[in-house]
Amino acid sequence: MAFNYDKYLRLEKMPTLWCWGCGDGVILKAFIRAIDKMGVNQDDVCVVSGIGCSGRFSSYVDFNTVHTTHGRTVAYATGIKLAQPDKLVVCVAGDGDALAIGGNHTIHGCRRNIDMTLLIINNFIYGLTNSQTSPTTPQGMWTVSQKAGNIDPTFDTCDLAIASGASFVARETMLEPKKLEKILIKAMQHKGFSMMEVLSNCHINLGRKNKMVSAMENLAWIDSISISKKKYDAMSEEEQLNLLPLGVLKQDLEVREYCEMYDEIKAVHQGKRKKITQDDFTKKI
Amino acid sequence: MATREIISTGNELAAIAAVDAGCMFFGGYPLTPSSEVMHVVSDLLPAVGGVAIQMEDEIGGICAVIGAAMVGQRALTATSGPGMSLKAEQLGLAQMAEVPLVCVNVMRGGPSTGLPTRVSQGDILQSKNPSHGDYKSITFCAGSLAECYTEVVRAFNVADRFMQPVIVLLDETIGHMHGKADIPTVEEVKAGIVPRKQFTGPAEEYFPYQCEHDEPAVLNKMYTGYRYHFTGLHHDKNGFPTEEIETCRKLIQRLEDKVALHEDEVESYEEFMMDDAEVMIVAYGSVSLAAKESIRHLRAEGIKAGLFRPITIWPSPAAKIKEYTDKIEKVVVVELNIGQFHSEVQRASSRLDIAGLFKVNGRALSPHEIVAKVKEL
Repeated sequence: MAFNYDKYLRLEKMPTLWCWGCGDGVILKAFIRAIDKMGVNQDDVCVVSGIGCSGRFSSYVDFNTVHTTHGRTVAYATGIKLAQPDKLVVCVAGDGDALAIGGNHTIHGCRRNIDMTLLIINNFIYGLTNSQTSPTTPQGMWTVSQKAGNIDPTFDTCDLAIASGASFVARETMLEPKKLEKILIKAMQHKGFSMMEVLSNCHINLGRKNKMVSAMENLAWIDSISISKKKYDAMSEEEQLNLLPLGVLKQDLEVREYCEMYDEIKAVHQGKRKKITQDDFTKKI
Repeated sequence: MATREIISTGNELAAIAAVDAGCMFFGGYPLTPSSEVMHVVSDLLPAVGGVAIQMEDEIGGICAVIGAAMVGQRALTATSGPGMSLKAEQLGLAQMAEVPLVCVNVMRGGPSTGLPTRVSQGDILQSKNPSHGDYKSITFCAGSLAECYTEVVRAFNVADRFMQPVIVLLDETIGHMHGKADIPTVEEVKAGIVPRKQFTGPAEEYFPYQCEHDEPAVLNKMYTGYRYHFTGLHHDKNGFPTEEIETCRKLIQRLEDKVALHEDEVESYEEFMMDDAEVMIVAYGSVSLAAKESIRHLRAEGIKAGLFRPITIWPSPAAKIKEYTDKIEKVVVVELNIGQFHSEVQRASSRLDIAGLFKVNGRALSPHEIVAKVKEL
């Protein structure tokens, strides 16, 4: 029997504001199926989003939902999580949202390793505001703010998250929704900060001016720049150059989660344990 | 009122007040001269099961605070001018989504980096409209060590009543002043806590933003079975984005009216030797302490001076100001900026001959400077 999404959707908000053929809907559906498979009560989930096309994600799903300001999703979610750590907190942000204006919060969210999932929908462009350059826009592509061709070097979202200390890092595309759903479950079940990048299309505001006028052409391009981690790892550095590996790229189960660590601080101040010292950590510098 | 005596600083008293008032969350970033607030809550909050987190920047600090407040906690942030500038956009979201919180601003010299360790009262106008758009700010200003405590306690109750941020202004002098303060007992404070309203009917009948034209939203605590939406966009009764003309107009008018039509509930001021006053000094914050001293000197010389001290700065006690300025000819506003509250006194009084004594060099105003100014009038 086909999956019934109605329970999790705010049906009165349909249709979405997303363009015909946009990947955001595929990602939204994968997210809903993942939550359903996890068996989490809707009342115990908080979905936090920022500004951009992805920002509307939170208003379409029937959970406790927060539509924050541009780039600040992870910072809001940090307060939300610390206020009630037993609940599931999922952030949804776009590439401009999470990597440009909100880059600092993304870095420090990863570093802090607070138990939440940051789902970054990367469509390589500022879609909602009509085609300005984002930190992931490939060099040489046309944008409305760089009509002569984008010269800004690109961020690798996953490399950034790994370097910043996220304990779970994965990348998928919206081309394989089943796989996406599976990895989303892994990300949300991971105890700690999980960053999940999903490559998606924006044939309207990226594709139209970059020879990918239809969703299919845009998706074919995404397919051509991404490859499974297994195949990627077997390649030479030269072959890897223009490819993004897909799958779980990092999972560290050893690193302590922030809310749990904060419980230790509470214990110190409540006289239940001695002060935390460097000896409590394996890594000293 | 049962009181207790504490020897402490203004910043520390503000921090203690927050915890006594039931605050369970602090988010902030180090900023002179406010940092001691964070230093103190980082000890006190975990001891009572709460959380104090130093975020990656000022913006992150207030975002985390708004997040915790959305869940349902009383939450605090503390900063100074540069931090207020950075927090402005988020304060706007808290106004729009009607999220209560308390923001302590220990004022230092500005603009920009200004005079980080020196006193100023330059953020009076900023506290009226920190963010873009229309809304009605509520701002208190502590004029003594004891008020660093009592005004923070009041701010938490008022924030929950009006469902919006309340700013408490300290200035560097008050914040770092060390001395004795008579403050209410913890029991007294706990007994006075008015928690935010909660809807208790069935979830399908709950509309958080459907309220009377002059009342705040009723935001139930998160994870309690009442699922709704927070947004900084114009929104409908459920909190969902809308551009419907009448809904947009009503929302913004309500944000104004919920405070404007209930100003009496937040109005607060002190009148010192005003009964027979022939000269009115208007001062607030640390400057009011020098003003009181100057009034004693002036009265010893036969000049009947008195002090009017606004404690609630926004909305200003405009009617009371007018009552005095209608009958007292000589009025001087004394402040550590170039007339930020002076312009409000002019507005309230409809008089353009209100005198001013302003200082912007990072140093406190002394009583004899005020005495000299009053004698000139």
